[in-house]
Amino acid sequence: MSTLKVTTPSDREIALTREFNAPRQLVWDAHTKPELVKKWLLGPPGWSMPVCKIDLRVGGTYRFEWRNDADGTTMAMGGTYKEVKPIERIVQTEKFDDPWYEGEAVSTFTLREQGIKTILTTTVRYASKAVRDSVIKSGMTTGVEQSFDRLEKELLS
Amino acid sequence: MQSTARLDRIFAALADPTRRAILARLAGGERSVMELAEPFDMSQPAISKHLKVLERAGLISGGRDRQRRPRKIEPKPLAQATKWLERYRKLWEGNYQRLDALLEELKEKE
Repeated sequence: MSTLKVTTPSDREIALTREFNAPRQLVWDAHTKPELVKKWLLGPPGWSMPVCKIDLRVGGTYRFEWRNDADGTTMAMGGTYKEVKPIERIVQTEKFDDPWYEGEAVSTFTLREQGIKTILTTTVRYASKAVRDSVIKSGMTTGVEQSFDRLEKELLS
Repeated sequence: MQSTARLDRIFAALADPTRRAILARLAGGERSVMELAEPFDMSQPAISKHLKVLERAGLISGGRDRQRRPRKIEPKPLAQATKWLERYRKLWEGNYQRLDALLEELKEKE
C-alpha cells in the first residue's frame, strides 16, 4: 500500500503527495464529483459530509459542510476556483466558515500519470508562516479539537 | 510540554533546505562548523548563521570538545515536531484509504 508524504516545501506551505492505484480520470472524478467526494473526504471517524457543492469552472465556487454525527457539531469551508485543467490541475482558494487561522489559503491540486498509477500532489499555501504552523499543529485542515482528541486517543490506544 | 513559540522556532528552522541538510549530516555524528560548511557552496559565517537558528530551536547543541566546538543533533525536539506532522499525515491517510476503496469500486464498474 502506498503511503502519504507530508512535507513543508517552504515556510508558508504544506504539501501532500500520495500514489493511487487507479487511472487519472477516476482520481479526478473522485475529487470533483460531489456524490463521490462525500464518500471519502470525511476527516476523523464519526464525521459525515451532508453538503458538497462543486461548480468546477474558473470563477466557480465550492462548498463543503461536515457534521459530527455524535454531537451535531458542524464545520464548513469553501472557496473559488482560480484554475481548472481537467484531469490535471486545480488551483482554488480555501477558507473555513469558522476559521481558527487567519487569511485565505490557496491550494494547488495536481494529478500526474505514472504507468497505471496516478500521483496526487496537493500544496496548500497559507497567509503566513504562523498560520501554516498552526494548521500543522491542529493536525488537520479542520479545527475541531474535540474530534481531534478522540482521534488521538484512538491512535494511541 | 512544549510551548507554541518553541514549536514555531522548530518549524521555521526546518523550513530551510540548507538547515535540513545540516541536520541530515549531523544525524551521522558530531561535526565542526568547518566540516559542516564543506559540502555547501557557502561561507563559514553563513553556515554559522544557520547553526544559530538550529540551536535557538533546540535542534542542535555544541558538543563536548570546546576547542573544535562540534555540533550535535538533539533528537527530542525534532521527534516532537515530527509527531505533529505525523498526526496531520494520519488524518489525511484516513481520507485517502477511503478513497483507495472507492477507486477500487469505480474500477470494477468500468
